Amino acid sequence: MEYFIELFFSGLTRGSIYALIALGYTMVYGIIGLINFAHGEIYMIGAFTAYVIATVLGIYGFPVLAIIVLAGLAAAIWSSAYGYTIEKVAYKPIRHAPRLSPLISAIGMSIFLQNYVLLAQTSDFLAFPELIPDFEFMEPIAHIVGTTDMVIIVSTIVIMLLLTLFIKKSRTGKAMRATAQDRTMAKLIGINVDQVISVTFIIGSALAALGGLLIASHIGQINFYIGFIAGIKAFTAAVLGGIGSIPGAVLGGFILGLTESFATGYVSSDYEDVFAFSLLVLILIFKPSGLLGKAEVQKV
Amino acid sequence: MSLILDVKKLSMRFGGIHALTDVDLQISSGEIVALIGPNGAGKTTFFNCVTGIYKPTSGDVLLNTPKTKNIRLNGLKPNQVTIKGMARTFQNIRLFQSMSVLENVMIGRHCRTKSFIFGAAFRTKFTREEEQQTIEKSYAILQKIGLEVSANELASNLSYGEQRRLEIARALATEPALLLLDEPAAGMNPQETQDLEALILRLQQEGQAILLIEHDMKLVMNLSHRIYVLDYGTLIATGTPQEIRNNPTVIKAYLGEGADA
Repeated sequence: MEYFIELFFSGLTRGSIYALIALGYTMVYGIIGLINFAHGEIYMIGAFTAYVIATVLGIYGFPVLAIIVLAGLAAAIWSSAYGYTIEKVAYKPIRHAPRLSPLISAIGMSIFLQNYVLLAQTSDFLAFPELIPDFEFMEPIAHIVGTTDMVIIVSTIVIMLLLTLFIKKSRTGKAMRATAQDRTMAKLIGINVDQVISVTFIIGSALAALGGLLIASHIGQINFYIGFIAGIKAFTAAVLGGIGSIPGAVLGGFILGLTESFATGYVSSDYEDVFAFSLLVLILIFKPSGLLGKAEVQKV
Repeated sequence: MSLILDVKKLSMRFGGIHALTDVDLQISSGEIVALIGPNGAGKTTFFNCVTGIYKPTSGDVLLNTPKTKNIRLNGLKPNQVTIKGMARTFQNIRLFQSMSVLENVMIGRHCRTKSFIFGAAFRTKFTREEEQQTIEKSYAILQKIGLEVSANELASNLSYGEQRRLEIARALATEPALLLLDEPAAGMNPQETQDLEALILRLQQEGQAILLIEHDMKLVMNLSHRIYVLDYGTLIATGTPQEIRNNPTVIKAYLGEGADA
C-alpha cells in the first residue's frame, strides 16, 4: 500500500509538470488553433534561465527562498519574452496562411531554439542546484513523498486555480475567451486580438518556465534536449484531456503522469512510454476530441 | 442635426467584381436610416467596408462623434473602428455561446475599460471599481433590452428572438455613436419582429443613430426616416419611405422588368 502511495505521489509530481506545460499548448490552440511545437523549448529555456540565475545567486550566498523566487521570476520573464517574440516572428506573419504553414514554422522554431541553446550553452548535462530544501515536518513521510514533490504539486495546484480565476473573472480573461470563440466578432466588439494573442503566449510561456524550474530542481540536471521530450509528453497530455480545454490539460497531465508512474513501478521503467501512448491511442479511438474536449463544429 | 456618418464614393472590388461602386451615404444624429436592396446587392459588403472587415478599394468613410470630428475609418482595423464609435450586429447570430448573457454584454464593455493583467493579478482598487462599474452598466443595458431575468443563463439557452436582442445589447455596450444592424428581424416570428420594432424605436428616441439592413419591408417602412436602395453595388434611389415605395426604379429592381406589365 505504501508503495502504491509513493507511486501515486510521484505520478502527481510528473503530472503537475506535464499539466503546467500542457496549459500553454492548450491555451494557444484554443485561441489561434495552432500547435505551438516550440513550447517545449520555452520550458527548456526557462530551466536554463533558472539555472543561470540560481547558480549566480548561489555564489553570492543568497538565502534559498530568495533564490527560488528570483530564479522563478527571471525564468518566467525571460521565457515570456521568448514566447512573445516567437509569436511575432514565426506565427503572426503567417496567421492567415493555410493551417500547415504555421505548424511547419513551429517545428522550425523548435529545432532552431534547441540548437541555439546547444551552441550558446553546452551539449552536456548541467547539474541544477538543489533549490528546495527538505522541510523537517515532512520527515515522517519523507520515504513516501519528498518535499520537492509536495512543493511541485501544491504550487501547480495554486497556479492552476489562479489561472482559472483569471480567465473566468478578469477583463483580459474574458477577452481571451471571446477571442477563442469567435475571433472576428471579438475584433468587432473592440477587442485588440493581437494583444490577446500576445498575452496568451506570455502566460503560457511563464507557466512552462515555472514548470522548467520546478522539475529541474527535482531531477537535478538539465540539457538542451529536455524540452523536446517534455513538450511531446505535455502535448500528449493536452490532446488526452481535449486540446483547447484548460481543465482538460490539467486532467490529461495528471492522468499521463500517474499512468507513467504506475507503469514504471509495477511493470518496468522501459515501458512507461508504451503505457502512456497506448492510453492516448485508446482515448483517441473512443473519444477523438479528448476527455473534456468538444467536438469541433466547422463554422460557416 | 449633425452628420454622424459620411460615406463618400465608396467602392469595393474583389478582383473583377464590382461589389460596390461610388456609394454615398449620410446619417445624422438621432436618425434611423435603412439600406435595402435585392439579395447580393452589396448591403453586407457595405457594412463590412464601413466596420473595417474589408478595406475599401476607394472612397472615404468619415465618422463624427461628440468626441471626435471627421475621422477617416477606412483602413482601420475592426477593433479600432469599434473604439471610434461604431458597433454592429450580424445577419447570423454570433454570440459567445458558452458565456453567460451578462458576460456577453460585459465583453462589449472591453474597449471602454482599461484594467490589464497586472491589475487582475494584484486586484488593485482601480480594477475592482472598474469591474463593478462594468457589471452595473452591463446589467442596466440588459434591463433596457428586457433580458435582465436571464442575466446568468448561457447565451446559447436563450430563444432565437432573445439571442438577437442580446446581440444588440452587446453592440450597445460598446457605446456606439452609430449602431449598424444587419437584418435584425431575419428569421423572427411576427411577435418577435414587433418587439424588435419597439426596441429600435425606443433606442432612437434615446438619441441613438441607427443604420439598418432589412428585408422585412413593413419594419423598414415603419421605422426609417430615410431609405437608401442598392442594386448591383450602386445606389439606385434614396428618399423617404413614401418616395421609395412609389419609385419605379426600385420596383423594377425588386420585381424585375416585367413587373410593370
